[in-house]
Amino acid sequence: MPFYVSPEQQMRDKSDYARKGVGRSRSSVVLQYDGGILMATPNASTVLHKISEIYDRIAFAAVGRYNEYEVLRKAGVTYADLTGYSFDRGDVTARGLANWYAQQLGTSFTESMKPYEVEIVVAEVGARPDDDQIYRISWDGSVSDEPGFVAFGGQADQVSAALKEAFSDNMSLTEALGAALTALTAPPATTPAASGAASAASTAGNGTPTELTASQLEIAILDRARAHRTFRRLQGPRLEELIAASRSASAPETSAAPEAAPAPEAAPAPEATPTPDDPPTGPAAGSDGIPKPPKAK
Amino acid sequence: MGEFFDGTAGQPAAFMTARVPSFTDFLAGYQPDLLPAGFRGRGLPGGDVANEVIKNLPHATTIVAAVCERGVVMAGDRRATAGNMISKRDVDKVFRSDEFSAVAIAGVYAMGLEFVRLFQVELEHYEKMEGRSLSLEGKANRLAKMVRDNLGPAMQGLAVVPLFTGYDEETGIGRIFSYDVAGGPYEEYRYHSIGSGSIFARGSLKKLYRDDMSVSDTVLCCVQALYDAADDDSATGGPDLPRQIFPVVATITDDGFRRLPDAEAAEIGQQVVAGRMQSPDGPNAPLRTAS
Repeated sequence: MPFYVSPEQQMRDKSDYARKGVGRSRSSVVLQYDGGILMATPNASTVLHKISEIYDRIAFAAVGRYNEYEVLRKAGVTYADLTGYSFDRGDVTARGLANWYAQQLGTSFTESMKPYEVEIVVAEVGARPDDDQIYRISWDGSVSDEPGFVAFGGQADQVSAALKEAFSDNMSLTEALGAALTALTAPPATTPAASGAASAASTAGNGTPTELTASQLEIAILDRARAHRTFRRLQGPRLEELIAASRSASAPETSAAPEAAPAPEAAPAPEATPTPDDPPTGPAAGSDGIPKPPKAK
Repeated sequence: MGEFFDGTAGQPAAFMTARVPSFTDFLAGYQPDLLPAGFRGRGLPGGDVANEVIKNLPHATTIVAAVCERGVVMAGDRRATAGNMISKRDVDKVFRSDEFSAVAIAGVYAMGLEFVRLFQVELEHYEKMEGRSLSLEGKANRLAKMVRDNLGPAMQGLAVVPLFTGYDEETGIGRIFSYDVAGGPYEEYRYHSIGSGSIFARGSLKKLYRDDMSVSDTVLCCVQALYDAADDDSATGGPDLPRQIFPVVATITDDGFRRLPDAEAAEIGQQVVAGRMQSPDGPNAPLRTAS
């Protein structure tokens, strides 16, 4: 016996359901720095990624249910590879991909019983910082263009507020990483009730701020300076160095991190130069001998 | 349930369904007309006119490859011929296929370009989908399937034969794989050559090649072999001094793929030409085996 449920109610229920699902996940941040785009998220797994490469200059970051965003990631890779193969590699854009995702998620949201419990970000690094693009796509297919930085996932409101404080244009990679870590470990808002029902459920799980270590983090960059494939994961000793450098740099003004002072070597922060220990996802800049300057769009 | 989820719809579901991470297989199901002609199982028109057309398509000619310490070197001349005419003097036949491998083509140049493009996407697609690179054997086998799929057109004259080289990250050595129109791969040891001038190039490599040569010596050895091929095969182009066109040379080592910059390739080309001014037949191999 079917009951009548008004469309408004139906959509609201679905949206609440998806929001709750996403609210259970931890936050991720994506932000610009002078040499590209940095993506960071707490993730204890080194093999089940929340941040991935889509195409030469495009990356994907997601929160929510792993199986669902993994399907979306693979679909996005296929979409990008197909577009690039049909036309030219330069014709694959984050805008196109974001719209494609929005359409897929929107259709699924209206047509299926269970909406996707995911929120995704598609970022593209341009030839110049002005050309960088960051798009955020929600479970219902709504898409927004986020200039500079975006925080999404469970505690998005408080992380976003903290990131807004810490973010500034043209940060170095070390500074950007410092800002990302500060935001990800931001304490819950003083008045959780004020931030609305959306985040009320999620703030509970985020007790006292703790320092995130390299092994608890998944960090990747889109490196503007690289030719061909710009996506790089930062991990292992290199990431530890970067984190130490970013902590020692931010130590004076951050009173909440006294134990971060004895940084091993506060030498100049390692910049995003390609090193052989990077994962073999692409050539060193220009090594294919076919200089392909990023196309200014 | 929306069609989007249950996989019954045409387009979006094709992107979403679980499948083998092969781009070629995806295309075959989704948009087969994007695949090279022969992959679609469709015959091409035959007859005298077709034969005439095919004969006058640009053909890529000679490729050489040789294993060196920590990797492998691959080089190709720059000439494309259409029948007895030189149709292009500056073609590239050696391509990066991914970080640790390279592919070169001999045969109908247009088909070869399409092959290379598809092969590059194929490798990258797997890598992104699975989060790891294919093994070198996996790459070689994948290329074999592509060559085999082209058997129909090859029978009609649209043949492409690749040569595949790569650095094997597991064993730390360079490896060479050759093919014929029916597929392959056949692993080659030390050195190999394909294309119209390959007979002469291989003879030259046989006399000049030494085991465990350095990368730079192997590069020189390959360019010498190409010179010898150009010397005796009309379809192979030698170093073109007036136009400053020199063979394309790529090294694939533990540092990854590297195509020699034009200036470096020019220097080696000029060095070889200068040597031939002294001795037109090139360096001599010793007559007796050193005991």
